[in-house]
This record gives sequence, C-alpha cells and structure tokens, in this order.
Amino acid sequence: MKLATTLLATAALSLTSISVQAADLTIVSWGGAYSASQNNAYHKPFMAMKSGVNIINDESSNEAVAKLRAMNEAGNVTWDIVDVEGPDSQRLCDEGLAMEIDPAEWLAKAPDGTEAYVDFGPSMINKCFIPQIVFSTTFGYRTDVKEWNGAVPTSLCDIFDTAKFPGKRSLEKRPKKNIEWALLCDGVAKDDLYKVMSKPEGIQQALAKLDTIKKDVIWWSAGAETPQRLADGEAVIGSTYNGRLFSVIEEQKQPVAMLWDWQVFDFDGWIIPAGVKEDKLPLIKEYIQFATDTQRLADQAKYISYGPARASSQPLVGKHADLGIDMAPHMPTNPANQKNYLVNNIEWWADNQDEVEAAFQVWLAK
Amino acid sequence: MSSLPSYASPLQRTWHYTFRIICGLIFFFLVFPILVIIPLSFNAQDFFTFTPEMLALDPAGYSTKHYVDFFTNPDWQKALKNSFMIAPTATLLATVLGTLAAIGLSQPHVPFRSVIMAILISPMIVPLIIAAAGMYFFYSRIGLQGTYWGVVMAHAVLGTPFVIITVTATLVGFDNSLVRAAASMGAGPITTFFKVQMPLILPGVVSGALFAFITSFDEVVVVLFLGSASQKTLPWQMFIGLREQISPTILAVASIMVVLSVVLLTVLELLRRRSERLRGVTPA
Amino acid sequence: MTQLDMPAQAPVLTQDGRPLKASLSRALRREKLRAFVLILPLLAFVLLTFAAPIVDMLLRSVDNSIVPQTLPRTVVALELWDPQTDELPEEPAYAALVEDLREAVAQKMHTRLGSRLNYEQSGFSSLMRKSGRAVETISGSDVKGQLIAADSAWADPQIWRTLKLYSGTTTKGYFLSALDARQTLDGVEMLPEGERIYLMLFGRTLMMSLTITLLCALIGYPVAFLLAQLPMRTSNMLMILVLLPFWTSLLVRTSAWKVLLQQQGVINDMLVWIGLISDGNRLVMMNNATGTIIAMTHILLPFMILPLYSVMKTISPSYMRAARSLGANDWTAFWRIYFPQSVPGIGAGAVLVFILAIGYYITPELVGGTSGIFISNRIAYHISSSLNWGLAAALGALLLIAVLVLFYVYDKVVGIDNVKLG
Repeated sequence: MKLATTLLATAALSLTSISVQAADLTIVSWGGAYSASQNNAYHKPFMAMKSGVNIINDESSNEAVAKLRAMNEAGNVTWDIVDVEGPDSQRLCDEGLAMEIDPAEWLAKAPDGTEAYVDFGPSMINKCFIPQIVFSTTFGYRTDVKEWNGAVPTSLCDIFDTAKFPGKRSLEKRPKKNIEWALLCDGVAKDDLYKVMSKPEGIQQALAKLDTIKKDVIWWSAGAETPQRLADGEAVIGSTYNGRLFSVIEEQKQPVAMLWDWQVFDFDGWIIPAGVKEDKLPLIKEYIQFATDTQRLADQAKYISYGPARASSQPLVGKHADLGIDMAPHMPTNPANQKNYLVNNIEWWADNQDEVEAAFQVWLAK
Repeated sequence: MSSLPSYASPLQRTWHYTFRIICGLIFFFLVFPILVIIPLSFNAQDFFTFTPEMLALDPAGYSTKHYVDFFTNPDWQKALKNSFMIAPTATLLATVLGTLAAIGLSQPHVPFRSVIMAILISPMIVPLIIAAAGMYFFYSRIGLQGTYWGVVMAHAVLGTPFVIITVTATLVGFDNSLVRAAASMGAGPITTFFKVQMPLILPGVVSGALFAFITSFDEVVVVLFLGSASQKTLPWQMFIGLREQISPTILAVASIMVVLSVVLLTVLELLRRRSERLRGVTPA
Repeated sequence: MTQLDMPAQAPVLTQDGRPLKASLSRALRREKLRAFVLILPLLAFVLLTFAAPIVDMLLRSVDNSIVPQTLPRTVVALELWDPQTDELPEEPAYAALVEDLREAVAQKMHTRLGSRLNYEQSGFSSLMRKSGRAVETISGSDVKGQLIAADSAWADPQIWRTLKLYSGTTTKGYFLSALDARQTLDGVEMLPEGERIYLMLFGRTLMMSLTITLLCALIGYPVAFLLAQLPMRTSNMLMILVLLPFWTSLLVRTSAWKVLLQQQGVINDMLVWIGLISDGNRLVMMNNATGTIIAMTHILLPFMILPLYSVMKTISPSYMRAARSLGANDWTAFWRIYFPQSVPGIGAGAVLVFILAIGYYITPELVGGTSGIFISNRIAYHISSSLNWGLAAALGALLLIAVLVLFYVYDKVVGIDNVKLG
C-alpha cells in the first residue's frame, strides 16, 4: 500500500503541478444566490482591481468540514478561502483545521479609524472566524392555502397546529433550531431553553413535541429546498435562511410570506484552511482585507437580504441592485422583525452536537 | 402464442388479448416516464406539470426557453464542457486497458483466471458509495482528489468491466486458428493483431467503449466525492438542481440526454448486427 | 497427450531436436506469460485505483490509533488500574491525563479525541472540550482533585472504564455500533431497543431490495416471455422499448419520477382531473418508501428482462407443443414445461437486480425522504455530515460483504463470463 501510494502520488504530482498557477484563488462557498451575491460584491471588483488573479468558485461549503478534514489528514490542502457558518468555524478552529488570524493584521479598519475587532463586535466568535454577514433561519408560508380559510400563521407555534394550518411542513434534517423551536412551543421559556436541553429528558421532550407533526414533515438538507417546495406547493410552511425566502418572495414573486417569529440568528464568514500554501498567503490576505471592508460588506446586501457583520456597514445598506426596493425592512436585524428571536448558541451546540444529533437521527429513522 | 390459431377457444382468445394488454401496460411503464419529460421540457411556465394551455395544445403554452437557458447559462455550459472533457479520456483509458485484458483473458491458459476476472469485474459490482468513499480518502492522500485526472481515473476504472464483457463476448466465437494461420504466414504478433483480430473484435470494442462512455457521462456518486468545482459534470449539476432548485432547465437537459441515448442505442444495434454478420452468426 | 507419456525411454523430438514435452511446456509458459502481460496493465490499474482505496477505507473501521497516540501516558498509567472495581484511578493516572491533554490541546487533538470517544459513550465530546480549557489552570499537587473540580465526570469510574476499554490501537467498537451493539466490561451487549437503528436500516434495505426484485420479476417475466415468442423482427423493435430506459441516464429517470410522483405532479394532476381523487386528497407517493420502490423498479427492470429474455430464447417451443399434443392445456403446458426451464433466467435476473439494488444511493436520496432511504445513504451521511468515518467504514464493510456473497452466488449460478449487455 505504501509503495502504491508513493508511486501514485508521484504520478499525480507530475500531472497536477502544471495546471495550478499562483494567481488562482480557490474560494469555497454555498452556491446559488449567495455565491452570486459574493461574486458581484467581492469577486468581480477584486479581479478588476488585481489583473491576473483568477477566482475559482467551489460550491462545497455544505461538506466543507468533511473535506477540510480529509485534506488535512492527507496533508494536501487545495482550498484557499472557505465560507462557513459560525458553528462550523468553531469546530474547524477547535480541531486545528482553520488558521487563527490576528484581526489587526488581517482586517481593514472602519472608515472612521475604528479597530476592526471593535467594528465587528460580537460576530467575532472565535480566533479563526472572519465574519461577513448576520443571517437568520426563519419560516415562510404560502399565502393561498384554501384549507386555512383565510387565516395565516402569526406565531412560531402555528407550525405545530396541524388542525388550523393543515399541510406539509418543510424542516431541516438536523436537530439544531428544531429542538429549540419545539421546546419554545412546549411551554419552555427562552431563558430556560439551554438548561432544559442539557438534560436528556429535555431532548426527549422536544422530540415528543416534534412527533406531533412528524408525519406532516418533509425534511431538507439544502437551503434551497424549502423555497422550491413552497413555490411548487409541495409544502405550505417551511424553515430556511431568510435570504432564500426573500428571493422567492421578491425576485420570483411567488405567493409566499415571511414569518419572523423566533427567528434564529447566526453568523456566516470566512476561514482560512490550516496548511494552506505559504506563497498563497499574501494574496489571500489581500482578498480578505478587500472583501470584508466596510463598503464591500454593505455592497453584498444589495444582492441578498443578509445583514453585514460590521457596525460601520449598516448605514450604507441601500436598495436592491435590480429591484430597487429598500433592503432595510428585509434584514433579519430590522427591529420590526426581531420581536422574538434566538441567537445560535454555538458553545452549547459544540459541546452537545454529537449526542443530540445521534438521538435525533434515531428518532428520525423510526 | 405469437399468433392465435383459428381454432382457439373464446377463453384462449380472451387470455391472448389480456396478456397483450398487460404487456402493453408494462411497455408503457418502461417508456412513459422517459418520454413524458420531453413535452414538459417545452413548458412556457416554470412548472413541472402540464399547464391548461399545454393540454389545449395552445402554442402559447410552449416555449424553448429552458433550452435557451441550458445553452446560455454558464453553469450548465461549464458542466457540459467538463463532461465532454472527462468522459472521452476515461473511455479511451478504459477501452485500451480493457481490450488488452479481454484478449489476455481469452487465451486458453490463464493462471488464476477466475480470481483475476472477479477482481476486474468488481468495479461493476461494488456499491458505488463504497468505491466513492474509498477513493475520496485515498485520492486525497495522493493529491488526486479534486483533480481532472483523479476523476478520469475513477471513471475509467468503473468503465473497464463493460469493455471486458463486451470484448470477451466477441472473442467467444473467435477462431484462434486464424491467428496461427497468420503467424504461419509470417505475420508478427502486432500485424496479426491489427490485421486479423482487431477487425473481428472491433464491434465489441466499440460497444464496450460506448458503455464506458455512458458510465462516465452518467456517473454522479464518485464525482460528487472526488470532484471539485472545476470538475463539475452534467450529472453533478443535475443532482444539485434536483436536490436544491428544480428549474425546468433540468428537463431540457434530460430531454437532450434521452436523444443522446437513442443515438447511442442505434449505433450499438448497428454494431451488433455487423458483428453477427462478421462472425457468421445468423439471426434466427 | 497420452501418447507423450507412453514411450518414456524414447522421447519424441521436435524438428529442432528438443523433446516435444519440454518444447510444449515452454510454449505453454510463453502463452501464459503473454496472456499475463496483456492482463497486467488493467489488473494493476484496478488494484491501484479501485481495490487499494477500498481496502484502505475498510481499515478505518478498526483503526483506533487516535486514543493511544493522543493519550500515551494515560494509557500506560491505566494499565495498573482494575476497571472492575468502583474505585477511581490513583493520582498518577490523573497527572498523566493532564499532561497528555496539555499536549493534545497544543496540537488541537483533544476535540477530535472527544468526538472519537463520544461514539462509545456520550458526554465525552463536551468533557474533552471542557477539560481542554481547564488543563491550562491546573498545577501543583492534587491534580486529581483539581480535574474533578473542573468537571465532575472525572469522578465517574464509567468514564475511566470507557477510556481503558478503548485504549488499544484497534477497536471492534465501530463494527459493534454498526450492529447496534456495544462493548461493556462483561462483554458485548445490544443497545436498548429505542437506540437501535442500523439493524433496522439493513433490514429495510434488504426488504426493499427484495420487494423491488420481486416486482421486477413479476412484471419483467411477461414482457420477456412475449419478446421470446414474437418473431425476431417484431421483438427487436419492442426490445428498443426495454433498451431505451437501460441507456437513459439514471438522473434523467430519477428526475422523471420526481416530476411524476410529486403531490403537484403529473400523476396526481391526472387523477384529480379525471376525478378519481379530490384536489385536497392528493396521494403522497414520494419522499417515502413508495417513491423509492416505484422509481427503482423502473430503473432496474431492464436488468431483469434482458437475462430472462436470453434464457427464454434458448427454450425450444417443441416441448410445449409436445405437452399440448399429449393433452395438457395451455396453463399446464406453461407451468409444468416452460416455466421450470425459465427459472435460471429468473435466478440470473433476480440476483443481478438485488445486487444493484442494495447498493443504491442516488435514487433513494432524491425520492426516498426518511422512510425510503437505504444503508448507502447512511454511509454517505457519516462521511460528509457526522464525520464518523470509522462507522461509515464498518457499515460499508458489512454492505460489501453482503454484496460479495451475492456476487459469489451469481458466479455459481450464472458465471461472471456469461454476463451479457444489451
């Protein structure tokens, strides 16, 4: 096996070394409308500024942790910059798969000279994470369901009311958020949530609540599935990322509306894989500095309804690039949208993910 | 059974037609799902079902916009290009290696023949997910993960069993005395191969190559694991589209691929006839 | 050949004066070598690009080196400890653990170790994370007391038992998990009823594959029979209807079924339109086992029809005619004479369909929902989402064994040389 590996590696090296150039930057992201917004706000202006730099888009963020671990194990890191959600960045940082970065060295100051780490504030959740946006996971529903007799869901707990709001629900095939929502609707107060969840009975309580709608749920694993199901009428209510719902409502003009009640806030941003090639670092740093400055973060909000992670970018958020509508009311951080909300408890989930995930999967398979 | 004798009883008559209807329904089940997507791909709306306008055969209900999208959308075009970059190389590799091995295996004395055969056929038998997972870890280690050659080699190895099977089939009827005759007349092994063996097994080689091509061209599991953005193939793009945003463009792509399979099928059928003629097997 | 052995004292010579026997065996050797040289490139290629990766992955199913590598001192210190007692290990074990953890934290290995041990006992993941944060402040004497103060789990002998149980470089833990069992001090025991999942999934994979195989046989048989009876010209034409789906991309066929089976899809629309069901009661035919079974039966049907047809082609019609002339009616003639002769075809097709079905991934993933997924989908989940690669490898190994057993049966029944395509 050893000999075979060496032989193949030599052969492979001779084949691949020709095709990779120093000016290529492989950036991994989520695909779809999100990648498009990054392309417009970051990639295109960066390539216009630095001629000779070619950005290759990889849409593997969904499997980023698995692939980074395999690359790390193999000692062969082929990605330069990876877009991940906050919790994934925590795991990558904990396992030494992401580089720790010094904000003073890597991030541009705000236009008024405020230090970057102050400007980013609470979004700098760990030493590896370079925040971009605040997004939320929330619900959308169809506005033309005959069986509802004119009623529309106004609270999160209407999801669990199959008598008043019959029809299929589209929920994520993961315990996170579903567990919290189930408990909130089972009478647990917001402040007690993680105390209850830390006990095994708490998870069972949440699963029992989810049991009441299990037969009405279609599960999703990719963020675009819920908007698609809502548009097709395959589901009547579903959770997904708020930007995806914005696109189905405002851009595709489907009969769908937002339900912001108990939206869950999360951060999304960049990490730099540990073990990235040394000679790439200056270019990577230059890109990060450019793409996370105040103006660029505000620019992204022109294409997708996610809030910029910098405080200094907030006032610069304007109108949608094509539709010309004001973006501020569509931001999850808009005061009217956050009467009830949760912030993803990264710490708790990092500690308990494995246990809860296993329990959830067993429940799901039953 | 094939035709009803005139003295058939009413019961036999009823059964005869019932049986034909059952078979007709099964044939319908076989082809309907494939054919139904072709009209749907001309839907003027972004729906996956027949609109009232389409059922009324109103021209306004039909449009080629999904085809236009396929041919202008850079994602699809890149996927198409990648598929056509990967599949032919994989086919070439699989065909050359597979044909040589099939000739070797058809020799009368091959040590450990059945063991070797089992190993060579195994890429067809082992569940794809296991192969994909293994390749994912192993190719990562040797730096082939996410590279063009990594995907090509993986696809080539998946295609080789088909080449072996089809070439072996044409070699079954091959008369080895032809080779000896050529050799006794002074032809070297290479000349013998190209002048005597090659023309006879060519149909098998070509149909094996077509199988290898379609294996690579259709393959999605391995490429999902092994590929990176620069190797995104047509099936990969379709898989993402199916799971995430089902745009009717997928149906346009699917229709084009159905037409492609019809073409391949026709080529194969012609080859089969030619092969039978050459080997003197007359169809019954 | 026999005359060669006979005249032992006067060997037969070839033209160039060598004994014929030697000359023949030399020719045989050369022939073997020639065959081998032709086969070698592909054999090497398959072994390197296909077999080696699979073997390499399967080794992960028993690999446990992360524990002894991350906690070398602790593993040594625990050798003296008797896990059967309810006593906690002594101070040196705690000191060794803290020292190991300090190094692990520096290399960021402690969270990975936590994930690994968490597969065997839940709670390890958070324990390792918390302890990793705590070790920096631990110093001086009474390390035991300080560590227990940081996380009381270290005062639980069960935690230490698990550590000791999984301190070897190899483990059968993943295979046990894959069979819904776990290792305890008293031996192997099954998980409690409520936590079992993989045996059920294996069972479901087998049951659904069996259902699909039966359906394929049931609807493939009449078609193969008809094709074998019809004149060549007609049957060749109809054969195209079988071969077209065979040659059409798997994804094309799966997307077709998705379009057909959706609640707002073609079939439901038609049923509503002709008034069989009301608009509010559309059938749920997708995202469940039904969807998987319908789509996979369609996808695998040609693999049943083709071998059946090739066997039926060889059954001479004269037997049936003879039976009828002896007074048998149509049904008896078919059932007693024709059907038994077609059984090998059913066997060949059934094994082929079954082998292909139990390894399916794409179709269940797209139309199966949660109740229509196979063990393959679970393997993919453990590779790309839960990152429990050892368990994925163990599940893969079990699936592979099942397939290889079937392949062996197939080889005995049909012979791999007799696989025909198209």
